[in-house]
Amino acid sequence: MKQELRSKFGKYGGQFVPEVLMPALEELTEQYDKYKDDPVFNEELNYYLRDFAGRPSPLYHAKRLSEEYGVKIYLKREDLVHGGAHKLNNTLGQTLLARYMGKKRIIAETGAGQHGTACAMSGAAFGIRTEVYMGARDMVRQRMNVYRMELMGSKVIPVKSGSQTLKDAINEAMRDWVANVETTHYLIGSVVGPHPFPTIVRDFQSVIGKEVRMQIMEKEGRFPDSIVACTGGGSNAMGIFHPFIDDDVDLFAVEAGGSGMKATDKEALHSATLCAGEDGVLHGMRTKVLQNKYGQILESSSIAAGLDYAGVGPELAYLADIGRIKPRNSMDSEALDAFHDLCRFEGIIPALESSHAVAYVKKTANTGELGDLVVINISGRGDKDLETVMGMRK
Amino acid sequence: MRIAEKFKQLRAKKEGALIAYICAGDPTPEATKEYVTALVRGGADIIELGLPFSDPVADGPTIQAGIQRALDGGMTPDIYFKMVGSLRLHIPLVVMTYYNLIFKRGLEKFAKDCAASGMSGIIVPDLPPEESDELQQACKKNDIDLIYLVAPTTTGSRMNRILVEGKGFIYLVARLGVTGARSDVAVSTRELIQRVKTDTPKAVGFGISNGKQAARMIEDGADGVIVGSAFVDIIASGKDVMERLEALARELKEGVRR
Ligand SMILES: Cc1ncc(COP(=O)(O)O)c(C=O)c1O
Repeated sequence: MKQELRSKFGKYGGQFVPEVLMPALEELTEQYDKYKDDPVFNEELNYYLRDFAGRPSPLYHAKRLSEEYGVKIYLKREDLVHGGAHKLNNTLGQTLLARYMGKKRIIAETGAGQHGTACAMSGAAFGIRTEVYMGARDMVRQRMNVYRMELMGSKVIPVKSGSQTLKDAINEAMRDWVANVETTHYLIGSVVGPHPFPTIVRDFQSVIGKEVRMQIMEKEGRFPDSIVACTGGGSNAMGIFHPFIDDDVDLFAVEAGGSGMKATDKEALHSATLCAGEDGVLHGMRTKVLQNKYGQILESSSIAAGLDYAGVGPELAYLADIGRIKPRNSMDSEALDAFHDLCRFEGIIPALESSHAVAYVKKTANTGELGDLVVINISGRGDKDLETVMGMRK
Repeated sequence: MRIAEKFKQLRAKKEGALIAYICAGDPTPEATKEYVTALVRGGADIIELGLPFSDPVADGPTIQAGIQRALDGGMTPDIYFKMVGSLRLHIPLVVMTYYNLIFKRGLEKFAKDCAASGMSGIIVPDLPPEESDELQQACKKNDIDLIYLVAPTTTGSRMNRILVEGKGFIYLVARLGVTGARSDVAVSTRELIQRVKTDTPKAVGFGISNGKQAARMIEDGADGVIVGSAFVDIIASGKDVMERLEALARELKEGVRR
């Protein structure tokens, strides 16, 4: 019998959205359920994942970094996926789904611009009109990505409300969806939002972990002791974790510790939602949220724009509560250090987001916590971050 | 006063209801108290008082800005309930807010605070019936009406559930989209009003900004109109706010007085 899609992960998840959207979520759940195991849909998706995105991505034994850190390290090279991040796995899947559903238009939110760029790529490849909401402040910080999106025919819409960052871009995309729900698919970029998005995005990103299962068996003849992934909304983490959920593999979700694990009643100096958030409801989901004592959402902070978010996927919140994943964090400065390590020792320039995962391995390898064999998800490449890094050196 | 009682009175007088929204604390708690009295003087039958949330996804630019002014002015749920408790209105008062503020305070406590401060109902634009069982229970215990929204996209069994569970009045969302004053009101509104078959009063909101539009809604079968952005616009302007709030309320009330 077919298993029905779950709307809740323990007490987390659900559908906390305006009434207008409920029928659309119902439709999306039905349609996704229909196509997710459909051979024609999957054949088409696999074709794009292989010939357009360049999958499978390599699992690379980082010999020099292993020596330096004192533990055997493999890197899952999502930085080599077309566009330079894991984001394309999800946008190809959802854009294809939107096309099967007969939607004429795609909208999305983006923080760093990586998800927006991936949307622009999928939109161009499938010929679907794509519009991306982006915080006005992020548009300045990430102007190369704005230009990339525009080159590929997407419209980038500046969001001037609130803190003018990712959280506000999601708000604005939801408002657009409320107004245009009949023709438009909202392509959420991480395992967040109302059901069924956390499940859909996790499933499309699970290609990462499925590949790792085969690749590590081939190379090592066994599963790793631990897998380490950076966690913003949590899509690259869930993507690599999910296929290993029932295995004896420790899963580390590394969040952005920013400039310190402190917060006022308006803002947090970090974005470590699993580590420091409290049960709440944001962007259509019940999950852990950075909030003040009244429930107002805090502005988060991180050197990595892609981790800079006050919420986190509901499934991660659940898995953290039951102890299946281990929430951790790395500070801005530690991530920068690790960024330079990977550049120098391996000739790989990682995204600042992914550098948080590397940093966690660096600081704990010698404690034994990670075991002897570690896989780090390098969720993206760092070209987009060069200006930030150069600015820090001055 | 209970919402049902208010609608009963109005029905006897063959009048539609004017439900007036402003955001509490915009720009200060003291100003809000005065603005509420101006709206009541103008003829508002029910006051819907927004409790500002940092991430109001169902609101358009006008109300977003009002919420921001209120938050900047220091409005919190504690101050809100204290202020509401001191209002002493003779008409029903309902709170409109997003779910996280209710959740964080605790559903029981929130409903109790509403009752203790003399409120009659709660509207939560990001809480569909599927997620509302617990709040519904807390509301029942405290004699508070949980008011549901119906959208143009709502149909079938979901519509039935809302009509069965909805208390106070049914909030009809006039068109797809967020709150905001419009010069046009969607044609589909009439169809929606007629599609919603219930004895519970029906009030139409989202986009209504003048007496003519308000009159149309009542002609089309609504029991009341909900107007927010047009009032918040006046507050934002900062000019002759009291007079203009009262005048607009009067115009709208004329409109619904069939
Ligand atoms: C390279 C990279 N890694 C990680 C993330 C964080 O997202 P998630 O936690 O959903 O993987 C982003 C988001 O933009 C990103 O660009």
